Amino acid sequence: MSDGNQPPANLKVVGTRPIRPDGVDKVTGRAQFGADFHLPGMLTGRIKRSPHAHARIVKIDVSAAEKLPGVKAIVTGAEFDVGAGGDIEAGEHAAAMKDVADNCLANGKVFYKGHAVAAVAATSPEIAAEAVDLIEVAYEVLPHVVDVDAAMAPGAPVLHEDMFTKGVMPKPAKASNVAQKHVMGRGDVAGAFAAADVVVEGRYTTAAVHQGYIEPHACVAAWGADGQSTIWCSSQGQFLVRAMTARILNLPLSDIKVIPAEIGGGFGGKTTVYLEPVALALSRKCGRPVKLVMSREEVFLASGPTSGSSMDIRLAATKDGKLTAAEMTLRYQAGAFAGSPVNLGCMTAFACYDVEHLALVGYDVVSNRPKVAAYRAPGAPMAAFAVECAIDDLARKLNIDPIDLRIRNAVKDGAKTVYGATVRHSAFVETLEAVKAHPHYKAKLGPGQARGVAAGFWFNIGGESSAAVHVDEDGGATVVSSNPDIGGSRASMAMMAAETLGLPIERVRCTVADTTSIGFSGSTGGSRVTFATGMAVVEAAQKVVADLKRRAAQTWECDVAHVDWKDGVATCLDPSKDVKPLSLKALAGKSARTGGPIAAEVSLNAQGAAAGYGVHVCDLEIDPETGRTTILRYTAAQDVGRAIHPAYVEGQLQGGAAQGVGWALNEEYVYNAKGLLDNASFLDYRMPVASDLPMIDTILVEAKPNPRHPYGAKGVGEVPIVPSLAAVANAVSAIVGRRMTSLPLSPAKVLAATRAS
Amino acid sequence: MSGVEYLSPGSVAEAVKALQVEGARVMAGGTDLLVQMRVGRAKPRVVVDLKRIPGIADIREQDGAFIIGAAASGAAIGEHEGLRKAWPGVVEAANLIGSTQVQGRASLGGNLCNASPAADSVPALIAAGAACVIAGPKGEREAPVEAIQTAPGKTSLAANEVLVAFRLPKRAVYSGDAYLRLIPRTEMDIAVVGAGVSVTLDASGKCVDARVSVGAVAPTALLVEAAGAALIGSSFEEVALAKLEAAVAAAAKPISDKRGTAEYRTKVAAVLARRAALIARDRAKA
Repeated sequence: MSDGNQPPANLKVVGTRPIRPDGVDKVTGRAQFGADFHLPGMLTGRIKRSPHAHARIVKIDVSAAEKLPGVKAIVTGAEFDVGAGGDIEAGEHAAAMKDVADNCLANGKVFYKGHAVAAVAATSPEIAAEAVDLIEVAYEVLPHVVDVDAAMAPGAPVLHEDMFTKGVMPKPAKASNVAQKHVMGRGDVAGAFAAADVVVEGRYTTAAVHQGYIEPHACVAAWGADGQSTIWCSSQGQFLVRAMTARILNLPLSDIKVIPAEIGGGFGGKTTVYLEPVALALSRKCGRPVKLVMSREEVFLASGPTSGSSMDIRLAATKDGKLTAAEMTLRYQAGAFAGSPVNLGCMTAFACYDVEHLALVGYDVVSNRPKVAAYRAPGAPMAAFAVECAIDDLARKLNIDPIDLRIRNAVKDGAKTVYGATVRHSAFVETLEAVKAHPHYKAKLGPGQARGVAAGFWFNIGGESSAAVHVDEDGGATVVSSNPDIGGSRASMAMMAAETLGLPIERVRCTVADTTSIGFSGSTGGSRVTFATGMAVVEAAQKVVADLKRRAAQTWECDVAHVDWKDGVATCLDPSKDVKPLSLKALAGKSARTGGPIAAEVSLNAQGAAAGYGVHVCDLEIDPETGRTTILRYTAAQDVGRAIHPAYVEGQLQGGAAQGVGWALNEEYVYNAKGLLDNASFLDYRMPVASDLPMIDTILVEAKPNPRHPYGAKGVGEVPIVPSLAAVANAVSAIVGRRMTSLPLSPAKVLAATRAS
Repeated sequence: MSGVEYLSPGSVAEAVKALQVEGARVMAGGTDLLVQMRVGRAKPRVVVDLKRIPGIADIREQDGAFIIGAAASGAAIGEHEGLRKAWPGVVEAANLIGSTQVQGRASLGGNLCNASPAADSVPALIAAGAACVIAGPKGEREAPVEAIQTAPGKTSLAANEVLVAFRLPKRAVYSGDAYLRLIPRTEMDIAVVGAGVSVTLDASGKCVDARVSVGAVAPTALLVEAAGAALIGSSFEEVALAKLEAAVAAAAKPISDKRGTAEYRTKVAAVLARRAALIARDRAKA
């Protein structure tokens, strides 16, 4: 709407910190999550999973399981019917439906320990568990590979006989584990390196890490006798669940209704399906509702982590610190099926910097691990880890302050990114300057302590969204959102509606609708909801205001141009009319006489999402005898456009930083020699606990509100994980006295490096 | 699917009798057993809950010695002022088990009999020279804590024996103990290495008695006698501490697993033992 204009000033609701509307339900346990639904006659589903890293399925014998009393249905991948397959747009990535189906239930081969092979529905959890044990699967075990570099090496076991690397001309003669090669760049890289005053280089690796949402995947599916079905589930997109389930079972979209449950975290990991098509296939077979809930072990084994990676990087610069060229090779694990976010890694790697000559090569590599899923700025944190460590090396080599070096090279509006977009409404320089001016950056460090600095970028997206605003008869309003609320969006939607309508926030409630009750929307992902769905909410509220003004004009018998709307009250500007102002409440109370119910729904495809930039500062110390790292102080600064609900924006910055610290220090998928995941629990998959972190300071940089959003919002949820890996690693490297290139920086690794230094 | 029978005997004798049944398992706090049952790792036919036995969760002081009931919770141990004063190392080890919620149930008896090599309270109890009071069909017997664990998940207790209490000896003046563990995080984790040290000094500060035990570096927690001997007669000089470290490193026979490498565990076991020794010394002087 207000393209080119600054957002309105004098806001009454936007920018305040009202109490979270979903908070009480969550802390009292009243909130209904995916596993909380029960239906009469409901069966318990359970999944039979592969014990092997890589094997051909010779035979699945379900006869003994079928005979067990209480077993009502058993399904295998043979129940699925994706036809030609094809892709579905899933937010930040396109999902190949043949692969999604094969991941939900294996088709001929299993590609990782925990890969689903068959599923049962039974009258009790105990019977379902016993039935799973009775299913006999004969496997021909195959050689496996879990490491990304090993998977690319000649002679590696090939997972998919039909995988011929895309993006290579001519088409390779032999199948391999490299699904795709991405190449992007510009300029004369070789020439720039030849002319460089200084060059830094390094090889970096990161481990596969899981999103670690607290709520395991869960759903209930109920097939109706007329072929219409309902799914209750926790996901980041009810429309995406509908689309994927319909495609996998070859059903029309309108025959599936998906009701979104409260969601206990997603971070991108709930932008695909694992259970829903399986539960619905079971329900179809026996005619009873079926519930499927993953255990934590199943979540680790069989739902998406994000890629582990290996990367080579070289930077060229002048002696006064101007980056002139960079080249980088990124190899990302995709897991069992193609589709790592390596292209996003390539696109974001140098998005913070104005580098004239660039050469980036990305390899999307399959291996015997669970298929990766989106995770908070998918692909960007690993690339930023390598880039920001290399820039730290450059700062040390040139003896330039790391913030100054970044300011010297920061992108500014009008610059062209390597992927073709033009930088607009960016406040990266302002964010760097805010950090430089912050007390943290000036604070003195104690002996044995070090400070790390790093930056990060994320695109943020817009896209398709729908929202409705209903004026209630008593003068309050209900906002109907199309997006599951994973980051406080019910609050921000209600706030933007309240601001536009002129109502106090307490008079506006927001609900998340099922697939039959609101227009289509893309998933909650890509940091898009406050921007895109928020835009739909504001436009719907503006339509309501226009309608209210029309009704006031009708009441006063004046021209609508003479009706002013302010603070939820219509005032007549026509001096010839002696009428009292009409409040929203008054207009709502007599809506029947002015044209009926007052409501508006808007569906749009939001354009103009502005990218975000983050800068993190981390102080830490290391126990020199044990290699254990303690984070002492942490500050996250970010270009946020305008914060609709600043406390939630701060929460996003803190949450992203906390996950990044875990990624940097201790989180990793650990495999044994048989290629089996060895740490599928929160005990041994070491995410940070609350006491591992200090209170994380935040700086919200609001220097450049996004003019393409009615209240200036930019996406904020993903940027804050991007800088944190290198912020930690740069500080650790400073103490150890050598560049630490391999995450996680676990105590054993740090101690070994300390002793070697 | 067969059910699990739950028994809560009202006396030690009844408990011993209940354990005659094949497939019976003792439950104290249940913080290990119930989790193992849920994931299918333990499949007992009968669960014999000790907590209704009078005195089984009590902590008593008797002429300077302490008797800690096998089912006394970590929380109760942490709140016992006399115990905290006499055996701060045992108390801090017991209080490291699990979360605040788990502390309301987790017990020393369970921690020992679950027989994890990484059990936090076990090295502290071994260093303390604690004895186990064990009841069986033929009456009671006593055994040192270091004689209980025989392998991961295995103990020297007969199937029909119950650990009912720990006996901690009377403290000499100038005595102190300490327990340290290494976890990559700050809580909610399992020891990569643990070390318990108990020392007694003479009036001049010279060490006259010392016991050193390390956990998670062998199939069971180890009493490292040579490490204790390294301290005895010393005033904790660098030479003695280096000897202690060498003795611990020599005794450690760790494996490499998802929680740490053998090399790392060996190095850190020595470091923690030295640090625990110095804390124990400072407490002894205080």
